[in-house]
Amino acid sequence: MTDHALSIHGLSKIYNNEVSALDNIYLKVKMGDFFALLGPNGAGKSTLIGIVTSLINKSAGKVRVMGYDIDTHFSQAKSKIGVVPQEFNFNNFEPLMEIVKSQAGYFGLNKGLALEATEDCLDKLGLWEKRKDTPRELSGGMKRRLMVARALVHNPKLLILDEPTAGVDIEIRRSMWELLQTINMAGKTIILTTHYLEEAENLCRNIAIINHGKIIVDTSMRNFLERLKEESFILYLRHPIQNPLNLQGYSYEVLDGRTLEVTLSNQKTLYELFSVLNQQGVAVLSIKNKTSRLEELFFTLIKNSSG
Amino acid sequence: MTLTKQFIALRTIFVKEVRRFARIWIQTILPSVITVVLYFVIMGQLIGSQISSVNGYPYIEFIAPGLIMMSIITNSYANVVSSFYSSKFQHHIEEMLVSPMPNYIIILGFMLGGIARGITVGITVTLTTLFFTRLQIHSIVVVLFTLVLTAALFSVAGLINGIFAKSFDDISIIPTFVLTPLTYLGGVFFGIDMLPNFWQQVSLANPILYMVNSFRLGVLGISDVGLTTSMSVIIGFLAILFLTCLYLLNKGIGIRT
Repeated sequence: MTDHALSIHGLSKIYNNEVSALDNIYLKVKMGDFFALLGPNGAGKSTLIGIVTSLINKSAGKVRVMGYDIDTHFSQAKSKIGVVPQEFNFNNFEPLMEIVKSQAGYFGLNKGLALEATEDCLDKLGLWEKRKDTPRELSGGMKRRLMVARALVHNPKLLILDEPTAGVDIEIRRSMWELLQTINMAGKTIILTTHYLEEAENLCRNIAIINHGKIIVDTSMRNFLERLKEESFILYLRHPIQNPLNLQGYSYEVLDGRTLEVTLSNQKTLYELFSVLNQQGVAVLSIKNKTSRLEELFFTLIKNSSG
Repeated sequence: MTLTKQFIALRTIFVKEVRRFARIWIQTILPSVITVVLYFVIMGQLIGSQISSVNGYPYIEFIAPGLIMMSIITNSYANVVSSFYSSKFQHHIEEMLVSPMPNYIIILGFMLGGIARGITVGITVTLTTLFFTRLQIHSIVVVLFTLVLTAALFSVAGLINGIFAKSFDDISIIPTFVLTPLTYLGGVFFGIDMLPNFWQQVSLANPILYMVNSFRLGVLGISDVGLTTSMSVIIGFLAILFLTCLYLLNKGIGIRT
């Protein structure tokens, strides 16, 4: 029995126009993980997902899903995967119920099981009331949820989501996060690609970053975030600042009378900052990161790796 | 994937395909009926009444099996090519490609869908035919075999067209420039003994001639070619096209990047 939901060895993809989309990639995703696969547009994320899900032919390398080689044991490997692609890919003239039930049928679920699983998935994704509608009648957020429902109907062990929250409002995004966390806690491995880096930071335990077809980071989220040398915070103060501040050793800027931006090196702690502010009679009401920590690191890294 | 699961997957594609053409029956079933009515009125009654009998049958009765077969050919082809290409165009072919079902199940599923539409149209057109002429059945076995095998053959041919098609134009090129001429020249409206010797030999290279004649043999009991030859040609072409289709899907041509 393997410990890895997905293992990739020496994977390469060269398209017909000689463009190398993936260059000798090695990657392992542990069973039960919530894994972020990040990278700028055109980095190779969707190509990698396409190869794992058999939508794209690879040029070289090996891919195993739950220990099954996608070339030699494609049926076993594919039965373990549920995929939510980036683009909507359902028949716009079919009712939701039929779309999800057919997918169950393609995976070999008999009529009774398929119906039960379809009802369960549509219900969980809040689409039961819309089951007789066609996708044309759905909002963008509902279409995304339909794709998740379809991907879950055969109870896959590995769920791959390619930007599942792209273009959906914050309320739906949050509900999607909750759903994904519940699915992950139930034991399913999730691989997520997203452009919302706070999403990856909040949800994922491990991370890989891909750029120009190469993996440039493959580590735990915690380890990765520790690489951040400095972090910027926005501090909202209880009272307007009366006297000039003296924050030696800190880089800071007063944004307005009651808002302060402070950049902290990883040598200093927030406790130390609060102590200094406290000594000067400044009370902090609330605090937030100026940008997502992951975002800061991501951009630095991509900039460096792009030379 | 076990055989039972493969059967479930096959049934799923088949049901989906039947639902698709049944939902849009005005586009899929009705046009053939109207076309056949026009053929019977113009070719059968107006022009046909001026023609003496062919092989001992009134002209309208002679062309009836060919017209039924023509409807089956065009509909089984059109069903698969349009369904498969739309699923590529809207990307919902990916629903099947990410599933564990083998490629031959995908081919069989679309093929059964094409056969179902071919037979549905065939029955509808046959019933329409009865308004214009009487139809006897010489051999029901030959009729059914020819009908199912021909529909299967053109369903798979439609699938190959769908695999290579890159635009909606591509799915009408073969039916317009290849299928229609071959059908018209395949003995629907004439027996090949009516042609000069050279053109008789040329006609023998047209596979549709064998299907039309085999079907005519089943209905009227007359044919320009032997049944064994006809069946061999149909089964041979079906096997070649099926294997070609399987090769294309296994290679991912037209469906995978």
